[in-house]
Amino acid sequence: MARRTTVGLKLLMAVTGLLFVGYLLLHMYGNLRALAGEEAFNGYAEHLRTFGEPMLPYGGLLWVVRIVLVLSLVGHAYSAFALWSRAGSARRTKYAAVKTAMRTAWMRWGGVFLLLFLVWHLLQFTVVKFSVNPDEQGAAVTQNPYELVVASFQVPWNTLIYVLAMVALAFHLSHGAFSAQQTLGWTMTASAYRRAKIIGHSLAAVIVGGFLIPPLAILFGLIP
Amino acid sequence: MTDTTVNAGIAHGLYAEGEPVADTKAPAGPISQKWTQRQFDAALVNPANRRKLDVIIVGTGLAGGSAAATLGEAGYNVKVFCFQDSPRRAHSIAAQGGINAAKNYKEDGDSVYRLFYDTVKGGDYRSRETNVYRLAEVSANIIDQCVAQGVPFAREYGGLLDNRSFGGVQVSRTFYARGQTGQQLLIGAYQALERQVAAGTVTQYTRHEMLELVVADGRARGIVVRDLVTGEIETHLADAVVLGSGGYGNVFFLSTNAMGSNVTATWRAHRKGAYMANPCYTQIHPTCIPVSGEHQSKLTLMSESLRNDGRIWVPKSREDCDKDPRQIPEEDRDYYLERIYPSFGNLVPRDIASRQAKNVCDEGRGVGPMVGDFRRGVYLDFADAIGRLGKAAVEAKYGNLFDMYQRITGENPYEVPMRIYPAVHYVMGGLWVDYDLQSTIPGLFVIGEANFSDHGANRLGASALMQGLADGYFVLPNTIRDYLAKGPFEPLAPDSPAVAEAQRSVEERTARLLEINGERSVDSFHKELGAVMWEYCGMERTEEGLLKAIDLIRGLREEFWRNVRVLGAADTLNQSLEKAGRVADFLELGELMCIDALHRRESCGGHFRAESQTEDGEAMRHDDQFLYVAAWEFGGGEGLGDTGQPVLHKEDLAYEAIELKQRSYK
Amino acid sequence: MNLTLKIWRQAGPRHQGELVTYKVEDISEDMSFLEMLDVLNEQLNARGEEPIAFDSDCREGICGMCGLMISGEAHGPERTTTCQLHMRSFHDGEVITIEPWRANAFPVIKDLVVDRGAFDRIIQAGGYVSVNTGAAPDAHATPVPKPHADRAFVAAECIGCGACVAACPNASAMLFTGAKVTHLSELPQGQPERMARVVSMVEQHDAEGFGGCTNVGACSAACPKGIPQDVISTLNKDLRAALRA
Repeated sequence: MARRTTVGLKLLMAVTGLLFVGYLLLHMYGNLRALAGEEAFNGYAEHLRTFGEPMLPYGGLLWVVRIVLVLSLVGHAYSAFALWSRAGSARRTKYAAVKTAMRTAWMRWGGVFLLLFLVWHLLQFTVVKFSVNPDEQGAAVTQNPYELVVASFQVPWNTLIYVLAMVALAFHLSHGAFSAQQTLGWTMTASAYRRAKIIGHSLAAVIVGGFLIPPLAILFGLIP
Repeated sequence: MTDTTVNAGIAHGLYAEGEPVADTKAPAGPISQKWTQRQFDAALVNPANRRKLDVIIVGTGLAGGSAAATLGEAGYNVKVFCFQDSPRRAHSIAAQGGINAAKNYKEDGDSVYRLFYDTVKGGDYRSRETNVYRLAEVSANIIDQCVAQGVPFAREYGGLLDNRSFGGVQVSRTFYARGQTGQQLLIGAYQALERQVAAGTVTQYTRHEMLELVVADGRARGIVVRDLVTGEIETHLADAVVLGSGGYGNVFFLSTNAMGSNVTATWRAHRKGAYMANPCYTQIHPTCIPVSGEHQSKLTLMSESLRNDGRIWVPKSREDCDKDPRQIPEEDRDYYLERIYPSFGNLVPRDIASRQAKNVCDEGRGVGPMVGDFRRGVYLDFADAIGRLGKAAVEAKYGNLFDMYQRITGENPYEVPMRIYPAVHYVMGGLWVDYDLQSTIPGLFVIGEANFSDHGANRLGASALMQGLADGYFVLPNTIRDYLAKGPFEPLAPDSPAVAEAQRSVEERTARLLEINGERSVDSFHKELGAVMWEYCGMERTEEGLLKAIDLIRGLREEFWRNVRVLGAADTLNQSLEKAGRVADFLELGELMCIDALHRRESCGGHFRAESQTEDGEAMRHDDQFLYVAAWEFGGGEGLGDTGQPVLHKEDLAYEAIELKQRSYK
Repeated sequence: MNLTLKIWRQAGPRHQGELVTYKVEDISEDMSFLEMLDVLNEQLNARGEEPIAFDSDCREGICGMCGLMISGEAHGPERTTTCQLHMRSFHDGEVITIEPWRANAFPVIKDLVVDRGAFDRIIQAGGYVSVNTGAAPDAHATPVPKPHADRAFVAAECIGCGACVAACPNASAMLFTGAKVTHLSELPQGQPERMARVVSMVEQHDAEGFGGCTNVGACSAACPKGIPQDVISTLNKDLRAALRA
């Protein structure tokens, strides 16, 4: 079956990856609202939950998005690990002298790191909602999205983890966004191929830049 | 004028003369009707019976590959063998220029007859009219077939195929795919072949080398091969055997042939009774990259189109030969082709350009590094062309060739004149075949460069690819059925005397090569043989030189079987052993080539016989004495390396459709 | 120049192999890389050691028979085949590691010789146009727009050497497969079997044990013919279309 081939797996990875890119853009927009203050940020968070009412119940869209994202994550990781293990067994005897591209290693180990970060990130802000800031504890902080974000990124080590994750995301996106276009067959000419590369690098720069602004602004006291 | 009855070869007891030989398959009637008639006369094989008929094909180049695919499509049970790791690597792949076809798409006066005429004239009237006419006739079908397979020929903006004129002919009938026509055609044939492998009609045996022919009851019934990976000696039996194993240019050690190109398949068939025709006819190409040192393993050809704009010269005096060519003033240069042939200049035919280059180098006026005792190279200078057309125009025309030259030599041809030297490129000689492409052994068919039939004493440019595909796609599949219709033949038992004998002879030869354990490597013998062949049986031949060469080759062959060192084992991949078997056969072939050259006391095609020249030193043909194909029967030697006394059978050539003419380029 | 060579020696498919160090002296920079190995082999033969097995045939960069991993680079430091690589690309005293192509789909036969039969089988899976001899219409019956003909040609230049697989971190043969798919997809003659072809060839590619493509481009960088990455894009697109169909 053509779906089960390596190209089928890649298509799965490309489509799920592009869904993530869309989600990241949305998420980045929300984060940047933090620059406009508590009301704007919390208002955005609340709006996500009331979106589509009364057609959808409270928080309904968010659940739809969550389900799609979880399924995408499973698909993305499944194809990644399937291809990774395939590649491992496609060359059991390694070269003694190697001069090959490092991007594949970046994608794989970077992807694993991003997965770990995602768990941490969700625990911190979505699932458990806890503050790593000893000075800012209590429900007033953890139940207020804006307060929790500000309190968390005032802690340098927490911000450092975030920055490292964004570096990994930058590498992952710059190759991944290009790669998805190649896998979908949108790069059939030399110019389309160059354009896909540029789109990959640009998306990575925009998204990672957008994500880094709020935490760094908090760390350096630009957001009180 | 010499008298053939006291031919030096006979005088020295080098050969005997036997009964004449003639083709009996070409039907009577006008030449333009013969092929149609023959296709009608040739017996048909019922489609239901075809899968009961086994055909073995040796070689997967344009001829072998296309024949295997076509016979597979027809429903025969085909086995195809090649020594390379894939059928796609056969040496047809290296042909650069193009393929002729009488399509007359340019409406410039081309026709089947004109292509036929040009081919016969190009072959200096030493080819068989009937075969050549058929070649021209099916040429157009080849292009249709290849385009349908997806061969990406060059096209014009309107989407139609582009043509160019090639090799000095005045019509544009050459189809091409950049400089890689051979590659693209071969990949087309290869894909057609792989389709049949997938369909189960063809079984392919890669890394298998044919080492013996099985002949039983006077019919070719199979081959003995060595699996080059496991070393196993296997016998494969069939109702007919087809050899498409290419040419033997590597007898010269240095040639533009691939490293593995060899004569073994055809030579083994020759030893079993197939006549070898015109073995001394070799084609030497003038524009190859010169030898750079003793380590040289092969030569690389550059398209002859370079002579359209480059000017060929050497210094007038030997003292200037090691100078930077740019420092040699105009008056100290000898543009020798322009001087000797003012009307054709640098565009004289291949053989003249080649011979004159060797002459000036032999005089000590060659350029480039010293290899052996003298410099082997002449300048091909683009300074004038660059001045006249501009560097960009020269680059557009020859850029890829200049890049190739620079990669190999490390010199920039835009700055320093190129150096070129002739090299052996193709052999017109090969196993004798009739109109059906059947050899003198019933059931043994020979196609492509491995046979002798279509190119006479010199091959027209862009005709080798044409012949390979004509034989494989269109001729052989129609003629072999006349033979196969008599089959299936009585099955041969694996222990029948013919099979056992063939297998034993391979095993003995292999064992012997491994046990000699002498002092010299296989390559050292091959190089020495090559030097002898190039010197005495190359572009210019003399009776004295050829007699000397025969002595030298016999001595070398004797030493080979006493003093060669082949290490390793028989039951594994052993490249030294492979080479040793091939060189052993080259050592026998080389002698026959010299005997053939010695007996042909005339200058014809690309072969200049010093004793046969006009007063002003040009080639002189002797149609009165040599208007025939020399078909050699094996002399019947018994032991390893023993070739006996070959027997000459003449096939008289009759020119009915074309008038005989002597050529002149002054 | 004098060189130190570390060469993979392996007696047979089921034997253990190892890197063995050899010294060669007085190597001319005009030699090709394979002629340098010829020189070494002559020396080994003279010393009574079995010569090193390596593949080569045309030695002019078109047959695709040769192919060595030279200090970690497929076909060495230049964009060319091993046979067209010359010693002027190296310097005196250099240590050069020479290994066979490494991929499970290309098992080692002996020393530096590998079995690339998997490529033939990928072509057998559909890398052709099904047209019997004699069944072809006139060559001018179907004009092909020049841009399509040119792109088909670029893809058809593949020599099947296997450098793409050797260089790929995943040992994937997608460049090889994509080149054939693109060659035939660009031409009108290739249309009738276009969808079936790509599915069948990709399935065979996977069945041979090659890895999946991760679009890093190591293959094109190593390809002596410079087959571009966009042929893989065409393969992907055709496969996607086949999935929909």
